[in-house]
Amino acid sequence: MAAILELKDVDAHYGGTQALFGVNCAVEAGAVTTLLGANGAGKTSTLRAICGMVRRTGEIRFDGHRIDGKSTEDIVRMGIAHVPEGRGTFTNLTVQENLDLAAHARRDRALVGEDAQRVFGYFPRLKERLRQQAGTLSGGEQQMLAIARSLMMRPRLMLLDEPSFGLAPLVVLEIFQIMQRINREDGVSIFLIEQNAAMALDLAHDAYLVETGRIVMSGKAADLRDDDAIRRTYLGH
Amino acid sequence: MDLFVSQVLSGVASGAIYGCVGLAMVMIFTSTEKINFAQGEMATFSTYVAWTLMTVGLPYWAAFAATVAISFAAGVLIQRTLLAPLRDAPEMSQVIVFFGLFLVFNSASGAIWGYLPFDFPSPVKAFSTGTTLIGAHQLFIILVAVLMLTLLFLFFRYTSLGLCMRAAAQNPVSASLMGVRVGWMLALGWGLSAAVGAVAGIMVAPVVFLEPQMMVGVLLYAFAAALVGGIDSPPGAFVGGIIVGVLENLVGTYLVGTDLKLTVALVLIIAVLIFKPTGLFGSRRVARV
Ligand SMILES: Nc1ncnc2c1ncn2[C@@H]1O[C@H](COP(=O)(O)OP(=O)(O)OP(=O)(O)O)[C@@H](O)[C@H]1O
Ligand SMILES: [Mg+2]
Repeated sequence: MAAILELKDVDAHYGGTQALFGVNCAVEAGAVTTLLGANGAGKTSTLRAICGMVRRTGEIRFDGHRIDGKSTEDIVRMGIAHVPEGRGTFTNLTVQENLDLAAHARRDRALVGEDAQRVFGYFPRLKERLRQQAGTLSGGEQQMLAIARSLMMRPRLMLLDEPSFGLAPLVVLEIFQIMQRINREDGVSIFLIEQNAAMALDLAHDAYLVETGRIVMSGKAADLRDDDAIRRTYLGH
Repeated sequence: MDLFVSQVLSGVASGAIYGCVGLAMVMIFTSTEKINFAQGEMATFSTYVAWTLMTVGLPYWAAFAATVAISFAAGVLIQRTLLAPLRDAPEMSQVIVFFGLFLVFNSASGAIWGYLPFDFPSPVKAFSTGTTLIGAHQLFIILVAVLMLTLLFLFFRYTSLGLCMRAAAQNPVSASLMGVRVGWMLALGWGLSAAVGAVAGIMVAPVVFLEPQMMVGVLLYAFAAALVGGIDSPPGAFVGGIIVGVLENLVGTYLVGTDLKLTVALVLIIAVLIFKPTGLFGSRRVARV
């Protein structure tokens, strides 16, 4: 399998602070890869580096093409959807407008309606609230909207930053099932950051562990799940 | 009673102008959190451009359209060349650019066209409304303002570009993740704002005569209008403009006389800031200007 996303020796800086130190990692095409790490380890920064939301150096390739010099707008237009930390809701726009916005740059207009139907299949609750201001949705509903927006972009790669943050356990389960379907049925590759390491490792094929801005472990998700150190620190048993 | 009605109506007309300039301010404020002090001077300069085009022989509406287009382009250019490079610069640098623009446009108007007031044409001069309650040009101002507002509303509400502009103003980071070219949206906002200002200038010039300080007073009222309506609410700015215009006239006629009219705007600004910093329709407070 070829990698759809590849990072080589990537550093990232916020002003004077360096957040990533020579990160190397990859997402195989059609696979789910998860990135584990403690708070402040550099998970969000890794996704930001990919999307050009933070100053970065090193080599980043999407589908073989260099994207490390491109702007965020150009990167997402290539087919990378990023569900950011904090949901990125457009609070004063309606739910419908949030979804329209996500699809606005697409050239395959004919498929937008079909994708909307699929998204409403996943999140019927959003369909009932199309005219509501997105800022008045509950936290969980806004998280669904963030995922829905990314699906409306019909991406080939999804970057998800803690998609289950603040959701009730039942909804988390639902979101994980949806991610699995997106990956298996739609063939979308996924790079997942998740609080719930156990569920992330169950879903993922490959996994990385980041500590203070450096990748310190990588391998098959199943192998990391059985690793003693990982179990103690991230799985809590 | 007639005096009252005619004062209200002419207040609505001047209020429509304050509302338009206020709206131009709000369009920039919603995406940058800053007040463009140069809004009025840019509008005055645009009005001189229109005057020049008419003087060299262009018909009114051709000069009008050309001026709006030129102003739009100039607005885009100013944002791209002067403000875009300062996006991450300290607040003060941007405020200084606004002041710089104010001075540049103000002195340029004087240097190019002189300081003597010009008569500015109105296309409805020859018409009469058939009543003494409202003049033809005042009615014209109201119609043009309402038409422009409707067009802007339709643009922002129903077009994809309008949606992108609203998204970029609201949440630039998230908008860029949706593929919106945020930098260009800000520039377009400047363009639209300059175009709206130009229309306001062309509307007000036949009333107050065209001279370099033409918009200084208007800007103060427009700021009051934007504050009354809520500094981040475009329709609010227009409603605020009408309220300020009518209030200005009534207070001027019945209470303090015309000499103190400008004070009305100042009192309103201070009152809104103290008692209702979010205005009638707004959601954001003005923390600093
Ligand atoms: N905007 C910023 N400015 C300065 N430093 C930042 C900024 N964002 C993150 N950092 C720093 O970069 C480092 C990595 O942060 P990052 O957000 O990537 O962590 P994370 O792994 O996503 O953590 P969490 O699990 O808490 O979300 C931290 O030390 C953090 O303080
Ligand atoms: Mg994070």
